[in-house]
Amino acid sequence: MTQSPMTQSPMTQRALIIDDSKAMRSILRRIVAGLGFETAEAAHGREALDHLEAATATGRVPHLCLIDWNMPVMDGYTFITEVRRRPEWRHVTLMMVTTESEQGQIVRALAAGAHEYVIKPFTPDAIVEKLELLGLVGKGVLA
Amino acid sequence: MAPASFQLIAALVLRETSIVYEPRKEYLVEARLHPLAAQAGCADIDAYVRLVTSDPAERRKAVDALTINETSWFRDNAPYQAFTDTMLPELLDRRADRRHLSIWSAACSSGQEAYSIAMLLDQHLPAGWTADILATDVSTAMLARVEAGRYSQVEMNRGLPATHLVKYFTRVGAEFEIVPTLRRMVRTRHLNLAERFPAVGQYDVVLLRNVLIYFDQPTKHSILRRMHEHVTPGGYLLLGSSETTLDLPPDLNAMWEREQIGRVQAHRPAGGGAVPRPAAPPLSAALTGARP
Repeated sequence: MTQSPMTQSPMTQRALIIDDSKAMRSILRRIVAGLGFETAEAAHGREALDHLEAATATGRVPHLCLIDWNMPVMDGYTFITEVRRRPEWRHVTLMMVTTESEQGQIVRALAAGAHEYVIKPFTPDAIVEKLELLGLVGKGVLA
Repeated sequence: MAPASFQLIAALVLRETSIVYEPRKEYLVEARLHPLAAQAGCADIDAYVRLVTSDPAERRKAVDALTINETSWFRDNAPYQAFTDTMLPELLDRRADRRHLSIWSAACSSGQEAYSIAMLLDQHLPAGWTADILATDVSTAMLARVEAGRYSQVEMNRGLPATHLVKYFTRVGAEFEIVPTLRRMVRTRHLNLAERFPAVGQYDVVLLRNVLIYFDQPTKHSILRRMHEHVTPGGYLLLGSSETTLDLPPDLNAMWEREQIGRVQAHRPAGGGAVPRPAAPPLSAALTGARP
C-alpha cells in the first residue's frame, strides 16, 4: 500500500483506489488527486479492508473508494459487501470502476451497497462527472 | 500544470469562446492539451502553453481541443435540478387542464439532453399526464443517432447515474439502447437554428444550451427573437451557463424576462403571467438515485 505525498489538511477528502493494476491505480490517482483528494492505494479487497481498519484507528477513514471488480485475494464485490456490514463505515462512498458491463452485475453491485458505477474504459471527465453527481466535488445535484 | 499556465489558458478560452474553465478543471485541461503538447515536441504542458502564447496556429488548435462539445447525460446538473424542482411543479399547475407537456431540445446532438429530460418526466410526471419531446439538430447524422437511441460504453459513463443505466437501457452487443417507453417520447426533426424555423409549434420548455456560442451576435439575436413565439406563455427557455450573460438589444430585453432558479437563469416570455411559486418540496433527491 502506498500513500501519496500530498500535503494533508484537515479539510482534504481522502480517496482509496483499489485495483490490482498498478497502471490503472496511477490513472485514477492522477484524476482524483487533480480534484484535490488525498489518495491511498490497495491492490485487492483484503488490503483495502486492512487500510480501512488502520484508518479507522487514526480517524482517517476515506471518504471515497474507487473499486475494481476482478482482483486476486478479495474481489471488489466482496469488499463492498464487507464494508457494508460495518456501520462505522456507512459514510464511505463506494464507486465501482470495472470492465464488468453486464447490467446484472451493475444491479448486484448497487444492491450490495455501491453508490455509483463506471465501466472501463472511461474518460477522465466520466470520473469527474460521477463525483459531481455524488456531491463529492463541485456542486453536484445533491449539493 | 502551473497555476499561471492554467489561468492563461482559461482566460484564452473564455475570451475566444465564452466557455468557462473553473479552477478545479485543471486536470481536464491537462488531459486535452497533452496530445497537442507531445505533437509539438514540448517537454510539458507549461512549455506548450508558452508556445500557444506565441503561435496563433497552435492557439487555434488548443482552443479547439478545449471546446470539443462532448455530450453528457444531465450535463451541468443544475438545469435538470431546476427543471425538476421548480419548472415542473409550476408547469403541472399551469397545464392541469390539458395534462400534457411539450419540451424542445434544440441542437440535440446525439440525444443525451432529450433522453435525460425523458427520464425525469418518466419519474416525476403524475399519472394521466403525457409529454412529448422534440429533438432538432442541423446534423442528420446526429438525428439518426437519436432515433437509434444507442450509446457506447464510454458515452454511458458520462454523467448517467448507474440506477438510470439499469432502468432505462438494455444491453445490445457492446452498446446500450434506450427503452422503448422513453424512445417513443422523443421525435426528431432536422432544423438549422440560423434559418427561419418551420412550423414547429410551442413548447413549455425549450433547451437551447451551449449552441448560441457558435453563432455571431446578429444571428444569436435573430434566434432569440424567433424563439419567442415557440415558448408557451409562462414557459421557459434555458440557455447554456455561459450564454445567459449575453448583452441583448432593447427589443429582445423587452421580449424576455430573466428569472433566477437556483444556479440557473431561465428566460421567460415577457408578460407570460409567471405566478409566484409555491414552496414545493425538492423532487431532485430522486434524480441521481444516489444514496446519502
